[in-house]
Amino acid sequence: MNETKKIQLEYSQMESDRMRLNVGPQHPSTHGVLRLEVEIDGEIVTEVIPHIGYLHRCFEKHCEKMTYPQVIPYVDRLDYISAMNNEWPYVMAVEKLLEIKVPEKVEYIRVIMAELNRIANHQIAVATFGLDAGAFTPFLYFFRDREYILWIMEKCSGARLLFNYFWIGGLAHDVYPSFKQEVLDAIKQVRKTNAEVMNLLIYNKIFIDRTANIGILPADVAINYACSGPTLRGSGVKWDLRKDDTYSIYNRFDFNIPVGKGEVGQLGDCWDRNIVRMYEMEESCKIIEQAVAQMPDTGDVKEAIPAKLRPPKGAEIYQRAENPKGELGFYVVSNGTEKPDRIKARGTSFVNLSVLPVISKGYMFADLILILGSIDIVLGEVDR
Amino acid sequence: MGETNFLIKLLGDNLITVLLISALPLGFLVVYALLAILGELKISAWMQERVGPMRTGWKGVLQPLAEVIKLIQKEDITPDAANKPLYNLAPYIVFTGAYAAFAVIPFSEFFVPSGINLGLFYIFAVGSIGAIGIVMGGWASNNKYTLLGAMRSVAQLISYEIPGAMAILSIAVLSSSLNMQEINKAQTGWFWNWFMFGGPGSYEKLWVIPFTLGLTLIYMIASLAETNRTPFDIPEGESELVAGYHTEYSGMKFAMFFFAEYANMFVVAAVLVTAFMGGWNSPFGSFLSGPLWGAFWFIGKSFFVIFVQIWLRWTLPRLRVDQLMYLGWKILLPVSFICFLFVSLFRMLN
Amino acid sequence: MINYIKSIWEGLWTVLVGMRITLLHLFVRNVTIQYPKERFPIPDGTNGTAMARNRLELDMDLCDGCKRCSRACPVNCIELDILQVAKGVEQPILKNGDKRNAWVPSYEIDFAKCCFCGLCTSVCPTDAIKHTTEFEYSSYKRSGTVSYYFDDKKDYDRGLKFSFINLTEAEIEEKKRVLAEFKAQQAAAKAAATVAKPEAQTEAKTE
Repeated sequence: MNETKKIQLEYSQMESDRMRLNVGPQHPSTHGVLRLEVEIDGEIVTEVIPHIGYLHRCFEKHCEKMTYPQVIPYVDRLDYISAMNNEWPYVMAVEKLLEIKVPEKVEYIRVIMAELNRIANHQIAVATFGLDAGAFTPFLYFFRDREYILWIMEKCSGARLLFNYFWIGGLAHDVYPSFKQEVLDAIKQVRKTNAEVMNLLIYNKIFIDRTANIGILPADVAINYACSGPTLRGSGVKWDLRKDDTYSIYNRFDFNIPVGKGEVGQLGDCWDRNIVRMYEMEESCKIIEQAVAQMPDTGDVKEAIPAKLRPPKGAEIYQRAENPKGELGFYVVSNGTEKPDRIKARGTSFVNLSVLPVISKGYMFADLILILGSIDIVLGEVDR
Repeated sequence: MGETNFLIKLLGDNLITVLLISALPLGFLVVYALLAILGELKISAWMQERVGPMRTGWKGVLQPLAEVIKLIQKEDITPDAANKPLYNLAPYIVFTGAYAAFAVIPFSEFFVPSGINLGLFYIFAVGSIGAIGIVMGGWASNNKYTLLGAMRSVAQLISYEIPGAMAILSIAVLSSSLNMQEINKAQTGWFWNWFMFGGPGSYEKLWVIPFTLGLTLIYMIASLAETNRTPFDIPEGESELVAGYHTEYSGMKFAMFFFAEYANMFVVAAVLVTAFMGGWNSPFGSFLSGPLWGAFWFIGKSFFVIFVQIWLRWTLPRLRVDQLMYLGWKILLPVSFICFLFVSLFRMLN
Repeated sequence: MINYIKSIWEGLWTVLVGMRITLLHLFVRNVTIQYPKERFPIPDGTNGTAMARNRLELDMDLCDGCKRCSRACPVNCIELDILQVAKGVEQPILKNGDKRNAWVPSYEIDFAKCCFCGLCTSVCPTDAIKHTTEFEYSSYKRSGTVSYYFDDKKDYDRGLKFSFINLTEAEIEEKKRVLAEFKAQQAAAKAAATVAKPEAQTEAKTE
């Protein structure tokens, strides 16, 4: 104890030059066009300042010039690797403004699609996290599997990434006849690969050493910074909007909310945030299995789509949903015309990114990249 | 020490022979580098259920050649703020370090470029030249990323020389020689005569086998670190340092770094094969042995070691700087000391 | 000390487990698709699947110039002009048998702007505008990127702006002339009617 203190004291008295390092926006592992201004002392990070805005596209202002259905393609482009989940809170918000009751079949298809997209998103999150740690092979295994999911979505919506599938009051297109079987096959494949990656990457000693005990995010800090999603749950807080603020038909399904337990290191480290994503994929598989079993075969997915979209003047709503990355919310104000008066998006990645400077101080420079990877940001949503 | 070089026997000891002898490993190195790059591309592809390059030649076998041609054609950029003499010199020094080691590698019973008595010692001595080149390149590029990469590289190389040297020292104890050719000759016979399995001897040697196997493993790990391969590729760790010490290099100078990495891979594989796996000896006693078969066995075994290096690279994540130091100083070094102790004891008892 | 040995053992063991997995994958059939030779299937609307949302295609014989696609587009990539049909002079018919209300002398889609959302196709009343499975816009010739249906028109240097009209210049002029004449006729008739009306009114008043 005394010895460590003495070393620390000596260290603090040492005069060392600090170097300012500019990481990004063209850095290979800043997950997009994020720029981090890093101050390092040798290899140790002393300060991190994220600079954002390289992908700003004026989403919110743009929406004011759009009719309500025209906003949906733009919503896709926020968090572009989980577009189905982005569409959902927006569509729900407008549906609530218009007081539309969505048909049963549509709700089930939406749940299946959103959960499939959650799996696809977490696959990318874990894959790129592994890539940040230097493991290239699991990355490609995940991308191989993601193809099965994207293929289902392409057959349903016609697009692979930016679906524009959830429409206000319904869906763009009905599912095809062999949909249920293909979904179950895809889940089977997802489970198989997850089991493999657990051995290949997650429980690898080098990977554990790299990711455990770094970037520790205590639960109170996480809550203070309004973190959500796996970033918050990795710190052991059981908070999932699908259970805690149930929307759609999530109360019909039986699933758990995985939280970080500090299995290999301290609670709330990078490994915990990552393992939450792995477990969530399994929970999503469970939800999809139940939804596929309960889904009605008949029903028109377009029957509730309104011909005229004019919410009452002055009506406003904040609708949130559990995006794969956390809480995504849309605040919509109507002015009685077919165009919204104001749309504000609560970007998950933006809020989660704000915690980065706090949790990355005092770790090594290589850890900073992993901490950034474990938060799982998409710059499309940060900058909007 | 006898004539171990068939070229000297054939042509006599003159300047042309010397030039020829030094050119032979270079020619081998070029062919080997192309093969190894192709192997790296294809093995990584198959492990990831891809097919790898498929367009150049039959199933893409000419891909490395195409890449070399591309690199030759590429514009050679020197950063304005770089220290130009050092910047230009660095890749060649790195390559020199790698190539110099080829002088003592015994390819076959009748071909070793220079059969000096301090072969193993020489390899460790010239192996460190590469570190100078890396620091030179990293510092002269005048880039923060390259500087960080170079610093890491030096720390890594110096720390891993020691466990590697300890492992090799045990072989020197077992074979009572530092001459690579003598070490090979000490392992003649079936594969259980390899130093990996305790060297030649009767049942008494059984208890030393775990230690020699451990030494093999230690040398393997240390050699990975010395060649900057995953999981020890932190000097060029692309997820944090973009490309590490060679971030600013392009064209032929980058190719030299690349070439040197592959040459180094072969050097450490050759040392591992010579010291632990019987070198050019056939694993089946006198079956398929002889000078030409010797070359075959030697290169074949080296390629197997290189395959393992590639295999590891595409399996493992990368270590962090402090963990690398921890592994080197706190695990490999004590374990290598223990193994060395028991190997020496074994030698004393016999 | 036990932890130390345990961590060494764990490190070795998990590395071996990982190596086993990658080695097994070495002998698994690869999943790569050699793109130009083999292609990933694209849903084409058969068997209940959705149509893949790639390049738009317009059937001019079906387009009535209602401009709904242009209004539905969130990025304003569709630009079209319409010319009313002179109903009294001619009555052209659309491909699906309906009466045509308007000619379309210019219809351009800028694919550099298009976001492939599919909103235009969903609002089209006659299914004239449709997505195709064509997604390869690249071309070996420069002219290939310039226009799609417009090979004969020179200096059409507008990048990925594709024009879909099937009327020639002369035809458009002709239609314009017909409409102008028809309008003039109508105006004349209207003027005559308005001239006649007050007369009738005055007559009525005098009575």
